[in-house]
Amino acid sequence: MSRLSIITPDYAQTVVENLYKDIERRITASPPGICPIDISNAFLKMCHAQTCGKCVPCRVGLTQLSKLMDDVLDGNATLEHIDIIEKTARVIKNTADCAIGYEAANMVLKGVVGFRDDYIEHIENKRCRFNIYQPVPCVSLCPAGVDIPGYIALVNDGRCADAIRLIRKDNPFPVSCAFVCEHPCEARCRRNMIDDSINIRALKRYAADHAGIVPAPEKAASTGKKVAIIGGGPSGLSAAYYLSLMGHSVEVFEKRDKLGGMLRYGIPSYRLPRERLQEDIECILSTGVKIHTGVEIGKDITIPQLNDDFDCIYIAIGAHNDKKIGIDGEDKRGVISAVEMLRSIGDNTLPDFTKKRVVVVGGGNVAMDCTRSAKRLGAESVTCVYRRRRVDMTALPEEVEGAESEGCEILCLQAPVKISGDEDGNVTSIWIQPQIAGEIDSSGRPKPVNANAEPIRLACDIVIAAVGQGIEIQPFEEFGVKVKRGVIDTLASNEVTNIDGIFAGGDCVTGPATVIRAIAAGKVASANIDEYLGFNHIISTDVEVPLPRLNVKPACGRMNTKERSAGERNSDFNLIETGLTHEEALLESSRCLRCDHYGYGIFKGGRIEKW
Amino acid sequence: MVKLTIDNIPVEVSENTTILEAAKAAGINIPTLCYLKDINEIAACRVCIVEIEGMDRLISSCNNSVREGMKVYTNSPKVREARRVNVELILSQHNTNCAYCSRSGNCALQKVANDLGIYETAYEKIVPKKNWSPRAILKRDASKCIKCMRCIQICDKVQSLHIWDVDGTGSRTTVDVAQNRRIMDSDCSICGQCITHCPVGALYCRDDTDRFFDALADKDKVVVAQIAPAVRAAWCEKLGIERKKATVGKITAALKRMGVKYVFDTDFSADLTIMEEGSELLKRIAEGENKYPLFTSCCPAWVRFIKSQYPDMVDSLSTAKSPQQMFGAILKTYYAKILNIPSEKLFFVSVMPCVAKKKEASLPTMDDAKTGRDVDLVLTTRELVKIIRAEHINVESLTDVPFDYPIETSSGAGVIFGTTGGVMEAALRTAYFIIEGHNPEPDMFKDVRIESGIKKATFKLGEKELNIAVASGLGNARKLIKSIRSGKEHFDFVEIMACPGGCSGGGGQPIHEGSELYAVRGNELYSLDKDSQIRYSHGNPEIANLYKNFLETPLSEKAEELLHTNHHGWSMPSESEHI
Repeated sequence: MSRLSIITPDYAQTVVENLYKDIERRITASPPGICPIDISNAFLKMCHAQTCGKCVPCRVGLTQLSKLMDDVLDGNATLEHIDIIEKTARVIKNTADCAIGYEAANMVLKGVVGFRDDYIEHIENKRCRFNIYQPVPCVSLCPAGVDIPGYIALVNDGRCADAIRLIRKDNPFPVSCAFVCEHPCEARCRRNMIDDSINIRALKRYAADHAGIVPAPEKAASTGKKVAIIGGGPSGLSAAYYLSLMGHSVEVFEKRDKLGGMLRYGIPSYRLPRERLQEDIECILSTGVKIHTGVEIGKDITIPQLNDDFDCIYIAIGAHNDKKIGIDGEDKRGVISAVEMLRSIGDNTLPDFTKKRVVVVGGGNVAMDCTRSAKRLGAESVTCVYRRRRVDMTALPEEVEGAESEGCEILCLQAPVKISGDEDGNVTSIWIQPQIAGEIDSSGRPKPVNANAEPIRLACDIVIAAVGQGIEIQPFEEFGVKVKRGVIDTLASNEVTNIDGIFAGGDCVTGPATVIRAIAAGKVASANIDEYLGFNHIISTDVEVPLPRLNVKPACGRMNTKERSAGERNSDFNLIETGLTHEEALLESSRCLRCDHYGYGIFKGGRIEKW
Repeated sequence: MVKLTIDNIPVEVSENTTILEAAKAAGINIPTLCYLKDINEIAACRVCIVEIEGMDRLISSCNNSVREGMKVYTNSPKVREARRVNVELILSQHNTNCAYCSRSGNCALQKVANDLGIYETAYEKIVPKKNWSPRAILKRDASKCIKCMRCIQICDKVQSLHIWDVDGTGSRTTVDVAQNRRIMDSDCSICGQCITHCPVGALYCRDDTDRFFDALADKDKVVVAQIAPAVRAAWCEKLGIERKKATVGKITAALKRMGVKYVFDTDFSADLTIMEEGSELLKRIAEGENKYPLFTSCCPAWVRFIKSQYPDMVDSLSTAKSPQQMFGAILKTYYAKILNIPSEKLFFVSVMPCVAKKKEASLPTMDDAKTGRDVDLVLTTRELVKIIRAEHINVESLTDVPFDYPIETSSGAGVIFGTTGGVMEAALRTAYFIIEGHNPEPDMFKDVRIESGIKKATFKLGEKELNIAVASGLGNARKLIKSIRSGKEHFDFVEIMACPGGCSGGGGQPIHEGSELYAVRGNELYSLDKDSQIRYSHGNPEIANLYKNFLETPLSEKAEELLHTNHHGWSMPSESEHI
């Protein structure tokens, strides 16, 4: 026998390693609505298989916990079971020798607190409070409920115009979303169980790029009702589109000179070319929506006036107020807000950063937009300063990578403490305090705490604060609209809680969120405004979705989109991303598992044809 | 058209045809279990799987359509193995007490398992159990349910009542009453369509045959029976005799052999219903415009439906009792005297194609003879078949026995009560007579005949244009009511039957996996009508006698007391919630 030997994994171990990956992907694709006790019991059993068997609480205790949970699930438990589960899990947590045991028990404890109601329901009524309400993962995760398997099948069939028509049934911004949607739909794609999620946004982009001009559907007969919409962003215009299709007379009041809201004044054109945004806006306006731009509420027109002239008001003003970092020196010349900067870019007034050293403060997508835009505006250097770790950034990873490859620097675990200037009040530097990752906070991320280190001085000429936005609430609050924690307080129907006939939605209700959530709010508001006005118009489409092709592809790669080279793109505002080729789109669309047809979808909830 | 081969047989079918249907066209019957054409094509049981050349996994044939050039194999080694294993897996969760199951010999699972030659299985039996409301008429045995979901779909898509839903998740997924209710607290119409579409014995109706035999054994009881029209068109189906030979006289003979003293025909009280309901209609029309039409009230499942779904329309129901209950009230009052039997000694059994009739007979408002209940027991057609078999009666050898004195006659109009549109047609024949003073051609109103669905028509009666509609199936009823409520349509008289095809397709009728027989049975009733001596309810001499000797006129005080009812005299579960 040799004294030491190289350990190589045997075949069985390799297979198990692969199975771990399968399970990871499977958990990613977990469908909504499953019984939380059932799934945590299954997790517990997996944890138990990991036990080494040395210690009593883990070896025996987890067996007993699992047995007790089986009793609950099988309807053989009493309320006392919950106490025994809690007590046993507590003891395992407190006495197991290693994390295999105490973390397994901790999961059970979290469950006993987190879904205690479901435990009680199982015990008292021998049933579960959960059920599968929406079996198509992508559709259920799309806030607007877009028929994703439907349009993927249409793309696969070469019917791009029909794909756009189908998307417009739930989302009147198919083109814009094809470029900038955060695609929550992809997160739990069932294809994850096989290889990787479908590149849904890229397929939508393919449809948008190949559909040509697709006219809006026919409008319903005029109802004679008038709706005022305050704000011409994605939420306001979505509501305008559907309300107009329903036959109502819609007028949009927009403060800026152009429509589009954050799609124009927040998102740089290298991500969403203005002419493409215009395609969506033109289709929406083609339904007869009347537009008043450059009109400020409270100044040019008051809410009581609108309230008198219209049957209903939808407030969709977004969140365009900048937030301060809250450090000394923020009043220095050269400190600007993200909102301010992106707004002037949106109005085609490009700030000149030539030879300037720029520091961006923040870690979200807006911070990345500022970072990458600053580079394009000629900055000598751009540094993004963020107080948490890179993995804790809320910006999409591809945005962060994009910024870096374009020559920007990401400085993590640095909290800004002070901005210094010269005697004329111009910014000369920003002081940053190194941080250390601390305990996990309520957002699930480690809280940054001051490291035992001296602050660092970062010389710069421009500081861009991208630390969040608020809403300009004043004229609405004065009118009596209820405000709660800085946003407008509404019901799930988007009705303002305290005033009849006024609805609100989008960022001004949720706080800064995604485009698709704003669109969804507009859709929901339009349906409820229609009801409020005494109607029940149906929005549907006559596009027929092709049947599945019966050729489910075996495990294969996901088609990712490509980008123009970093060196070329970092000095212009032209579109970065190149769309899928025909070949790629065909392959990618054929990867779709058609959850609308296979599995539960064929039985219930596979397709919502109208709303 | 699409060309393909199935088991090497070339087939040409239209686009979007399912593989299952294409195979049928080629003479190949692929076994199915959960499949119910157009209603449940969800591929849950995985029994109808087939192999497609070039595809690794097997696919379900019931909900995947054909493709050009496809090569399908319905019996490849892979398919053979898979179909058998899947059936064994279903059996592992099924309580196979086949010898004493109500669906023994008429069970889709039993058939498919037998056809596949499964006599042993590798799997341990793990049979789920769940308690059920003991007093419910509609029963569910969780240990038999194969989760095919047909009951959910029938109730959703055909009856629009959504009583059933998927319950639980994961391995514990099953079917239960929707919204976590108990069946007794739901708006179930007790139409029984879920029972007749259950492939196995998981859904069934309360069995009352023991109570029937107990009554026969009771020396203090005189057992009297009535036979509903639709029963005679269906009872033969599971007894192995031809429809034409299975006369109602043979049912009478069988019942009498068991010990039933008097047997009467519900057709007679159907005629009586026409006199009352028809008069109510004419009175209502004479009184002026009504927002809603007069709705028939002979279907108890429909009455339950309107009470729970459109309670504000209950007053538009005819107050006339159903033929079953009219007969009960009149038997235990007037005829009891003629037969010289104290009414409390009479035990009145009705044989019905219906499950909801069991509930109707037990309503607190159905005791006008003050004997406890006007109708003591309701047996379904299936239970009739069951007692005939239990009594080992060879029906083929029976000779027809006529109905008993003094109610020997009934009309063809009464017979067609057993099919959708029949009440309407019978009512129109009599309404015409009352208004015009002479009889119409008997088939003058045959435009209202329809196999199932909604039928609308306009007839001129005297000066008046009468708009009528007929609907069967509660989903169709809902469609019609929505249209009426929205003001889009206006009718004077509407007939609704809860079961598709009317009582012919009733929830108490014999069950035939995969086929609907209401049209065949309905045609049988139309031919009985055609051959009838009397074609008009008002032409039934015993009806004339009854009015002359006892009731005086339709809608008289006596008639109101015995033959009409207050639909507000009892509540549906959802109604009592509001109180």
